[in-house]
Amino acid sequence: MGELKVIGAWASPFAIRPRIALTLKSIDYEYIEENLRAKSDLLLKSNPVHKKVPVLLHGDRPICESLVILQYIDEQWTTGPSILPSDPYDRAIARFWAAYVDDKFFPALAGILKAQNEEAKAEALGQVKAGLELLEKALKDCGKEGAFYGGEGIGYVDIAFGSYLGWVRAVESMGEVKLLDEDKTPGLVGWAERFCSHEAVKDVMPETEKLIEFAKKLFSKPT
Amino acid sequence: MSKNDEVILLDFWASPFAMRVKIALAEKGIKFEAREEDIMAGKSELLLNSNPLHKKVPVLLHYGKPICESAIIVSYIDEVWPFPAMLPTCYYARAQARFWADFVDKKLFDGGCGIWRNNGDALELGKKEFIEILQVLEGALGGDFFGGDNFGFVDTIAIPHASWFYAYEQFGGFKVEDVCPKLSAWIKRCLKRDSVAKSLPDPSKVYEFLCMFRKMNGLD
Repeated sequence: MGELKVIGAWASPFAIRPRIALTLKSIDYEYIEENLRAKSDLLLKSNPVHKKVPVLLHGDRPICESLVILQYIDEQWTTGPSILPSDPYDRAIARFWAAYVDDKFFPALAGILKAQNEEAKAEALGQVKAGLELLEKALKDCGKEGAFYGGEGIGYVDIAFGSYLGWVRAVESMGEVKLLDEDKTPGLVGWAERFCSHEAVKDVMPETEKLIEFAKKLFSKPT
Repeated sequence: MSKNDEVILLDFWASPFAMRVKIALAEKGIKFEAREEDIMAGKSELLLNSNPLHKKVPVLLHYGKPICESAIIVSYIDEVWPFPAMLPTCYYARAQARFWADFVDKKLFDGGCGIWRNNGDALELGKKEFIEILQVLEGALGGDFFGGDNFGFVDTIAIPHASWFYAYEQFGGFKVEDVCPKLSAWIKRCLKRDSVAKSLPDPSKVYEFLCMFRKMNGLD
C-alpha cells in the first residue's frame, strides 16, 4: 500500500485530526511540518485545489480535507477502534455535529479574536456560548455519561470538536472570557479534560501558551 | 430497510440542496412524500422542530427521525439503501468523491451568489470567480460522470446547481457552454436521467424567482 505521511502545521486544529485518528488505530506515520508562509512543492502538488493542510499521503496518493481524511482512515484500517459509529442514523448525527463545529462554531470562535470592537466581540462571544450549550446537550444525547461523544472511546465528533480545544483555551485567555463553564457546560468541562489527556491526543494538541503567542502575531493590528 | 419505508422530505422547489435528496431517493427507487415549505411565508412547525439549529430545508424524516444537511442526507440514503451504490468501493476513490462533494458544497452555491446578488463591478468579479470554480470542477470530471462511467455521489451533489446556471448566465452575460464545454456536456448527460429530470425545476422559473429577489433587494 505504501508508507503514510501527514503534512500538517502545529497550530492548525484541522491538521491534528488525522494524527489523532492514526494514533487511535496504532498506525505509524511520518509527520511533515509545513511552513504555511512558504508552502512546499509537496503541499502544492498534493493539494493543488485548496493548498491547505492537512494532507494524508498514502504512498503517493494524497487525501485532502480533514473530515474526508478521518473517514478514509476509518474505512482503510478496520482493526482497532472505529471512529464513526456503525448505525447509519448515528453516523448522520456524528457528521452533522462535525459539520456544525467546522461551519459555525470555529468561525465564531475566531471571530472573538478578529473582532475590531467590543460590539463585534460580544456578538461572536454570544454565538460561541450558544454553540457550546448545543454541544453540551449533544454530548448528553450522543455518548454515555462521563465519557465521549463516541461513547466509551473517542469518535468522529470528539476528534472534530476536540481538535479546537487548544484554540478554545487560547481564546479564553486572550479574550478574557470563560467559554467552558462548570455551571453552564459541566459535561464539556469534564469531556475536554478527558479528551486533552487521552493517549492519542496529548502529544499533538498544541500548548495554549504557544497558541497565544502565535495568535498575537497573527491578529496584531498594523500600526 | 425497504423501498416502502415512511420517508418524508421537507422541500423547497428552488433549493439545489433539496434537489440532491430527491435525486438520491429516485436513484434508489425509494417512495417518498415531498412537503413543500413556503420559505417566504413562514417555516412550518415540523421544519422548526426537525431542524432547530439551522431551520433549513432539506430535512429527511425517516419514520419520523430527522436527518439534516443535504450531503449528510445523501450519505445516509446511500448507507440505508445500498443499491445501486453511489460511492465506489475503492477507499481512495471514495475519498476523492467526498473531497469533490465538499468542494461543490463550499464553492458552487456561494460562487453563484457572487453573480445574482450583485451588480456592476462586483457582479463582474463574481462572474470571474464563478467561472474559475466551474473550471476547477470540470477538471475533476473523470469520464462521462464524476464517478467515471456511472452516475454517483458527486454527480448527485453537483447537478442540482445547474438548474441555477441559466439565471447566472442571464445576469452575468456569459454561457457555461462556452467557458466549460465538458461540464456543459456532463449537464446534458445528467438531464437525460429520469431521477435528475424529474427533480430539477425549469431553469427559467429559477431565473424568475431570482429576478424577484433582486427587485426586492433593489438590485434591479
